[in-house]
Amino acid sequence: MAAKQRTKRVTRNPDLIRGIGKYSKSQMYHKRGIWALKAKNGGAFPHHDPKPKPEAPAVKAPKFYPADDVKKPLLNKHKPRPTKLRASITPGTVLILLAGRFKGKRVVFLKQLPSGLLLVTGPYKINGVPLRRVNQSYVIGTSTKVDVSAVNVDKFDDKYFSKEAQKKKKKGEGEFFEAEKEEKNALPQEKKDDQKTVDSSLITAIEGVPELKAYLGARFSLKSGMKPHELLF
Amino acid sequence: MPFKRFVEVGRVALVNYGKDYGRLVVIVDIIDQNRALIDAPDMERSQMNLKRLSLTDIKIDIKRVPKKKDLIAAMEAADVKNKWEKSSWGRKLIVRKRRASLNDFDRFKIMLAKIKRAGAVRTELAKLKKTAA
Repeated sequence: MAAKQRTKRVTRNPDLIRGIGKYSKSQMYHKRGIWALKAKNGGAFPHHDPKPKPEAPAVKAPKFYPADDVKKPLLNKHKPRPTKLRASITPGTVLILLAGRFKGKRVVFLKQLPSGLLLVTGPYKINGVPLRRVNQSYVIGTSTKVDVSAVNVDKFDDKYFSKEAQKKKKKGEGEFFEAEKEEKNALPQEKKDDQKTVDSSLITAIEGVPELKAYLGARFSLKSGMKPHELLF
Repeated sequence: MPFKRFVEVGRVALVNYGKDYGRLVVIVDIIDQNRALIDAPDMERSQMNLKRLSLTDIKIDIKRVPKKKDLIAAMEAADVKNKWEKSSWGRKLIVRKRRASLNDFDRFKIMLAKIKRAGAVRTELAKLKKTAA
């Protein structure tokens, strides 16, 4: 709808009870001033002819009509949006990863990507976790926060982390085994540099807090007597 | 062994069940064999079953069902809060509360501190053993 500045519609006919107005049809006719509009227009209510529509191209009769009525699917106007982020997770929060290669590692949260996944970094020098995407469901948000104002994460999005498209290889027996060996992809230098720039400002912020560096370097584990439902993270 | 803590007007008790769990209250009147009227500076006077109360050693000097400000004055005069917090029972509760409110980072720092303390004790012990031997 066009965002025109319209004054709010005020009814001149207050409700006595829901469904019954105070004034009758003829009283409302007088109140709205339809008689004045008609007088101005010489006896009839002003009527504008509809604008001439551009001629629609002639549609041919379809060759085929389905025997039974075809149902039209219902309209769906939902737009995809990233998952709702838990209130406990804000940029700079220390998260505990619960699954995957780095389970138990304590990691710094940077931002939520458009796909809904969380962008996270070790920092790499401290605990070996690189810039990585992680699902919110596999994470515990602690109440410890690190200052990430000095870090610029604008250039990272989901495309940065996508796998490179595999070139189609012809299956030849001898070549097959050689191809397996060459599969090992080295990390491009650009990604290593990105890791270094993000981590350098983070590490200075982390070293400012006593014992935080050792905390991030250690893994979390449940010990005897710890009850997760009673622990405050 | 004779009883030492009695249910009487002025006895300070700890609520051990229900909505007011953990609150220190004063018994201001006895209703019948099972129930007492209790009051505390920050709650409305109400009745409670004696089974929900754990009696403490502290007793204050009040008349039966005092007015709120008389109760508060009597509690100040007897210094209930400080006596409770210094008592070993009170201190244990404070420690328990502190432990329950620990952050994951706090737990990590405590672990490091415990290791450091144990290390210091062990070096001292080793020194003492050496001189004794």
